[in-house]
Amino acid sequence: MDASVTTAVVKQHLIDPEICIRCNTCEETCPVHAITHDSRNYVVRADVCGSCLACIAPCPTGAIDNWRVVAAAQTYPIDEQLLWDVLPPAPASITEDPGVAVAPPAANAGGGLAAVAQAFSDSAPGATIPPAGAAHPQVNLYTHREPVTATVVGNIRVTDGDVESDTHHIVLDFGAKPFPVLEGQSIGVLPPGVDAAGRTHVARQYSLSSPRDGERRGYNNIALTVKRVTADHAGAPVRGVCSNYLCDLAKGDIVQVIGPFGNTFLMPDHPRANLLMICTGTGSAPMRAMTERRRRLRADADGKLMLFFGARTARELPYFGPLMNLPRDFIDINLAFSRTPDTPKRYVQDLMRERGDDVAALLESPDTHVYVCGLKSMEQGVLDALRAVCEQHGADWNARWRELKSEGRLHFETY
Amino acid sequence: MSIDYAQKIPNNVNLSEDRALQRALEHWQPNYIEWWREMGPDGSQDFDVYLRTAVSVDPSGWAHFDYLKMPDYRWGIFLAAPDPARQVNFGEHKGEAAWQDVPGEHRANLRRIIVTQGDTEPASVEQQRHLGLTAPSQYDLRNLFQVNVEEGRHLWAMVYLLHRYFGRDGREEAEALLQRRSGDTDHPRILGAFNERTPDWLAFFMFTYFTDRDGKFQLCALAESGFDPLARTTKFMLTEEAHHMFVGESGVARVIQRTCEAMREHKSEDPATLRALGVIDLPTIQRYLNFHYSVTIDLFGADQSSNAAIFYGAGLKGRFEETKRADDHVLKGMTYPILEVAGGKLTERAVPMLNALNEVLRDDYIKDSMGGVARWNKVIEKHGVAFRLQVPHKAFNRRIGTLAGHHVTPDGQLVDEATWQAGVRQWLPTDEDRAYVASLMGRVTERARYANWIAPPVVGINRQPLDFEYIRFN
Repeated sequence: MDASVTTAVVKQHLIDPEICIRCNTCEETCPVHAITHDSRNYVVRADVCGSCLACIAPCPTGAIDNWRVVAAAQTYPIDEQLLWDVLPPAPASITEDPGVAVAPPAANAGGGLAAVAQAFSDSAPGATIPPAGAAHPQVNLYTHREPVTATVVGNIRVTDGDVESDTHHIVLDFGAKPFPVLEGQSIGVLPPGVDAAGRTHVARQYSLSSPRDGERRGYNNIALTVKRVTADHAGAPVRGVCSNYLCDLAKGDIVQVIGPFGNTFLMPDHPRANLLMICTGTGSAPMRAMTERRRRLRADADGKLMLFFGARTARELPYFGPLMNLPRDFIDINLAFSRTPDTPKRYVQDLMRERGDDVAALLESPDTHVYVCGLKSMEQGVLDALRAVCEQHGADWNARWRELKSEGRLHFETY
Repeated sequence: MSIDYAQKIPNNVNLSEDRALQRALEHWQPNYIEWWREMGPDGSQDFDVYLRTAVSVDPSGWAHFDYLKMPDYRWGIFLAAPDPARQVNFGEHKGEAAWQDVPGEHRANLRRIIVTQGDTEPASVEQQRHLGLTAPSQYDLRNLFQVNVEEGRHLWAMVYLLHRYFGRDGREEAEALLQRRSGDTDHPRILGAFNERTPDWLAFFMFTYFTDRDGKFQLCALAESGFDPLARTTKFMLTEEAHHMFVGESGVARVIQRTCEAMREHKSEDPATLRALGVIDLPTIQRYLNFHYSVTIDLFGADQSSNAAIFYGAGLKGRFEETKRADDHVLKGMTYPILEVAGGKLTERAVPMLNALNEVLRDDYIKDSMGGVARWNKVIEKHGVAFRLQVPHKAFNRRIGTLAGHHVTPDGQLVDEATWQAGVRQWLPTDEDRAYVASLMGRVTERARYANWIAPPVVGINRQPLDFEYIRFN
């Protein structure tokens, strides 16, 4: 990554005042004195913290391990943090708009990505490096200070009209401005207006659902899959700022965009690679991008594609129609519905166990790459299912897990 | 600074280069293990416990998690990384290079400080040894065991200093640390609070919140010591101590949370109703708080102490956050207010600060303790309950110092014996309170299950999910 490029969106390190016991261990540990406190709170100076993660393991409570994706120019100052009783709600990129890819921690800071990857490499569920053969990603070409404008060239609803879940497929065209992307990458959208505190809204991130050569092949455009947010995680009514803005856009409207972001959740670009894709809801966005990439290359590629896709009902499944039209010999599709009337709840991990023989066979191959995208809560379920499948087939999951991570063949994008 | 686990005694102090010391410690080691088997956690030596072990003293290495049987825990000797430029930062030797050996004239005092600190470590393991039989969840049982093994390691830390720097006297003291027993009338532990029983889990959480916090403040004061090996030892102990206070603060918070949930659900503040629901009513929690708080602030010693002045002047024991303070770090001519009873009421009197250093540390401790109590109140407030927990007055229920022998209510009224006796049942846990709390103590061993009187934690240990198997009972 080019260190001279300003990172527009940073992953700001924060301490949860509700969980923190003010033991001072983090402040004592921090090698760059980024952490300070008053009689009320322990806080992290965003401009000093280098994301070296030295404070993470020593924290006895887990309060230390909180991150918010915010515009670099709008990090929470310590004066504000010192007054908090609770953390501010996670920004849209984490709780509001599913289907996002969270940007890597500020790569321009000391320590950088390598240190982050190193420190998280044991505890992270997936790889912190891209797969072998991935094309080199471009990141941070457009920043908060200098965003690029895109024109809306399409906005259609992709869930059935009578279901509650309102998911849109939105196509943005960049005209003559270069915007090179890879499948699995994300972009940031700057919604217009200001928040309750009078600050301009922070950027919201969305994974691309289109492949590198354009939603329409040969055009300089990309597609997003955006679910309109009308309630928070607890079910209380909340109008998601950016998702509503995007879902209400009309053709011809102009959108401010930053990015691209993401340099690990990428696909291997060799024809024998098998893709095992597991997702829920708008977590399907990167899977759609990768599937479409492979469909366009189909004549030259013989690797297998296997998809596990979960939603509440078939009618809430984005892209249900086009998905079902893909040839069976091209992609092995498995759908799990948790709210179909009169049928027991089924989750993606249940389906993975049912298809255990085929999943195990895929995992045996060194050409197989696993991608998981969806709600955070599915992470453990998927890991458990992978473990169960492996162990049933006499394989050592822990060894395989390490191998998948160290070879960049297991990727999670959860929120 | 990685730790050499190939050695019989894991260490980062090049123990193998000092054969005499190594042999002495290897001689002490089996006695320690014998003490652990006899006085360590009761009936749980064969469990596989998800424990944290230090594999090096830098941040990336000291929180390594794995399953382990407790007697196989690698107790060892770990000192924080040395700072070659470190100086004595306070007292009459301020500005001199920090001492790598014990200054002859302070030998007896230093030994006394180290033995007193060292004695509390095995004492708390002894006090808590039966709690495992009534743990409210696997998560809590694992936290108890983590606290226990780390107290054991802290004993090792002090024993290393005794063996390494105090010759034969030190070896005898190290042996005596394994001979005394908490609550034993013939061979009691040195400090009063460490001979009290820890009969139930509410007492355990209160103990880890209040009494382990005394440990934190004592360690912080010793981490400022001009005797560098003591400073480096205690500095590393502090990183472990933080977990103990976490267990206390979050434990009490979870008990409060559960009580408030029941209060809200059943729209009742009546202790009898709440007890019928099997949760611990807030007034009982307040009485436990009053008890543990007042017993613990006695641990800081007499309000005026010439020993404290000598320790400070000699550069042996500093104040909390000594090097962050802006004064001259010599303190001559400065004064500090202490509380005393004069003319039938509580009054403040200014005394030379050097003599009042116990009081200075006690006041810093009080400030720190109040922070957590305020956070407990936030839990109550969140549930829309009007009750608020209060830290009692500093003079309440004191047995040490000028306030001993006086009766002061939690809100700071000096009262006579009769008034005290009339009120004490509202202020300190009664036998009925203790019997009620004891009646709740049943053992929960299934994964992801919690006893009815305590809420589950917010986050798992080492970010593990809440249904994680923290203990394999075998």
